[in-house]
Amino acid sequence: MEVTLTHILFLSTSLFFIGMYGLFTRRNMITMLMAIELILNSVNINFVAFNKYLYPEELTGVFFTIFIIAIAAAEAAVAIAIIIHIYRDHKSIDVEDSQDMKY
Amino acid sequence: MSNYNYIALIPLLPLAGFLLLGLFGRRYFNKVSGILGTLLLGVSAILSLVAAYQYFIVNGMVDGVYPVIEPFKYTWLQFTDTLSIDMGILLDPISVMMLVVVTFVSLMVHIYSLGYMKGEERFATYYSYLQLFTFSMLGLVISSNLFQIYMFWELVGVSSYLLIGYYYDKPSAVAAGKKAFIVTRFADLFFLIGILILGFTGNSFDFNTLINTLTSSEFATHFGASFLGISVVTWALTLIFIGGAGKSAMFPLHIWLPDAMEGPTPVSALIHAATMVVAGVFLVARLFPVFAITDSGALEIVAYVGIFSALFAAVIACTQNDIKRVLAYSTMSQIGYMMFALGVSSFGEHGAGYTASMFHLFTHAFFKSLLFLGAGAVIHMVHSNNMQDMGGLRKYMPITNITFLIGCLAIAGVPPFAGFFSKEMILHAAYESHPGIFYVALLTSGLTAFYMFRLYFSIFWNKKAHLHGEHHSEGTFSMKLPLIILATLSIATGFIPFGNFVSSDKTVLHSHFDIVFSIAPVLIGLLGISIAYNFYQKQSDKPTKIAAAAGGFYKAAYQKFYIDEVYIFITKKIIFNLIGRPAAWFDRNIVDGFINLTGNTTTKISSTIKGLQSGKVQGYAMYFFGGVLVLTLFFIYCLK
Repeated sequence: MEVTLTHILFLSTSLFFIGMYGLFTRRNMITMLMAIELILNSVNINFVAFNKYLYPEELTGVFFTIFIIAIAAAEAAVAIAIIIHIYRDHKSIDVEDSQDMKY
Repeated sequence: MSNYNYIALIPLLPLAGFLLLGLFGRRYFNKVSGILGTLLLGVSAILSLVAAYQYFIVNGMVDGVYPVIEPFKYTWLQFTDTLSIDMGILLDPISVMMLVVVTFVSLMVHIYSLGYMKGEERFATYYSYLQLFTFSMLGLVISSNLFQIYMFWELVGVSSYLLIGYYYDKPSAVAAGKKAFIVTRFADLFFLIGILILGFTGNSFDFNTLINTLTSSEFATHFGASFLGISVVTWALTLIFIGGAGKSAMFPLHIWLPDAMEGPTPVSALIHAATMVVAGVFLVARLFPVFAITDSGALEIVAYVGIFSALFAAVIACTQNDIKRVLAYSTMSQIGYMMFALGVSSFGEHGAGYTASMFHLFTHAFFKSLLFLGAGAVIHMVHSNNMQDMGGLRKYMPITNITFLIGCLAIAGVPPFAGFFSKEMILHAAYESHPGIFYVALLTSGLTAFYMFRLYFSIFWNKKAHLHGEHHSEGTFSMKLPLIILATLSIATGFIPFGNFVSSDKTVLHSHFDIVFSIAPVLIGLLGISIAYNFYQKQSDKPTKIAAAAGGFYKAAYQKFYIDEVYIFITKKIIFNLIGRPAAWFDRNIVDGFINLTGNTTTKISSTIKGLQSGKVQGYAMYFFGGVLVLTLFFIYCLK
């Protein structure tokens, strides 16, 4: 069986919604961060797939993917730093426990 | 010798003194600040005398006319090609004369204050205010245009306010300062409107240009604009006169002057007797060609306001017991003389009134400041302003006694003292053009003699002195010296042939001294003096009897004819109720209401939507994805 664009889009959409589900249901910040990584990677797959199937002679999608991976790495670093600080402050990394930044 | 550039130094030295003493005086050299100020002003006074000598004697007249010199002029604000506001110096006979008067009297007051204000905590502040006042007054008299004079006019008002309220821990002094400022400021509003109208019609603010334009025959034939049947120029001049009347304490804007006596006595001598209060007279004199030639309607107003104020103040002065208030009303009365002298004058040949007015201004400055400084010495000794606390002081204060007597004789118009010559000239001018005014003025001069000698006898004769306290001296040398100098001048200045120097058209005015004419004023003056002698030389019950006989009239005069009460009624009852309260209501309900409405609405909206900012990260993520979803649907289905 040949792998078509539709298959890959199905995969990436599933990945995206798994990520959304994880983001909304988990209370642990690290897990939420992982869920965000899933969402990002679903986008990466989309980029590569569109590049491969629709414009095989160009590399734009691939380059975008590399950008996103780099940014995701930086973002993870910042996010973990924030989480560590929150942990030091609240002795917890549960999002429910850190609701100080409100009106 | 035609270089007048140094004139700029005359006002600038006091300004420097003000800045120096005002900024650093109190902290670093409080004790010597008086001497410093006096020295600075001494230099100014010498420069003024040099300027007068140079202007009148060395350079003198050119083609029979004293030239108008503008040694310095700088365009400050240019509005149109012709209309601009300049800063400049204008020298003509009256400004040179005023330079001498202001610097000289100010110097005397500076010297006097060295003794009088000794030991004051705010000694340097006092001197810095004096310097500020002197600077503003000098700037006023040498102003080259209407706006410049207006600015210095206000500065003079401010420094007067500061000096009246010098004893700021005394509520009455604070109230008096405020009153003086508000009343004169109210009058200045009319002055400003007058300036604008005059500037519009004459298309210039510059005195020379303005006078040339407005007095030209071309203007008279071509300019016919009028308002309520009265020509615009008359309106403008009347409005300007109202400004002048406010500063010069003419009825009905005189109410601030008696209260201004709350200030230190030397200040009263300088500001409220010799210099600032004659600013109104000076202003009318400055614009005199316009007053006299273009339209004489305004000049009539000047004459009648002047004579009324003169009589009115003289009557009140007869009843007052506070010696400074007597002097204040007498100042008002004498300024009334100057005003009506201007009012009865005409331009050129029949301009005797103008010369007489300036002459009286000149002599009055000396003898009135002498009287005030003398009164200051008495107050210094007795520690009271009230006439009834005094009496029999002649043995304790011989120099004050003699100099005060000279001042009284001068103001009463007894020959050969200065007041006699100037007053005779005024009366003569009035007699020639307005006989009605002349008779009232004659009566007033009798009253003047009476109340001045009432004052003199009550202070120095009458009952025996009962001084309490341990040591009593007449005051320091610095207090006696100005008295002696001013007394000398009160005798000497009468002999100056004033018509040779100051006249309306700047030529020589040949004043005809008429010995027969002067008999009546002198006699009526002597009559006033003898009545006062009879009443007050010894303690007697005659004054009380007369007062009782006059009944209601005496009481009304004693209460200053209830003018203050009328003002309070008008302001509190009428203005506050009819204008103040509605305006306050409008402000509170409409203006504030609108602002409050805006604020309340914002608060309400924000309190409803603030729940959105919950602090829950996952909630935010929900909003975010919800938003993306909505946008996506929107783009897919609506913006195909």
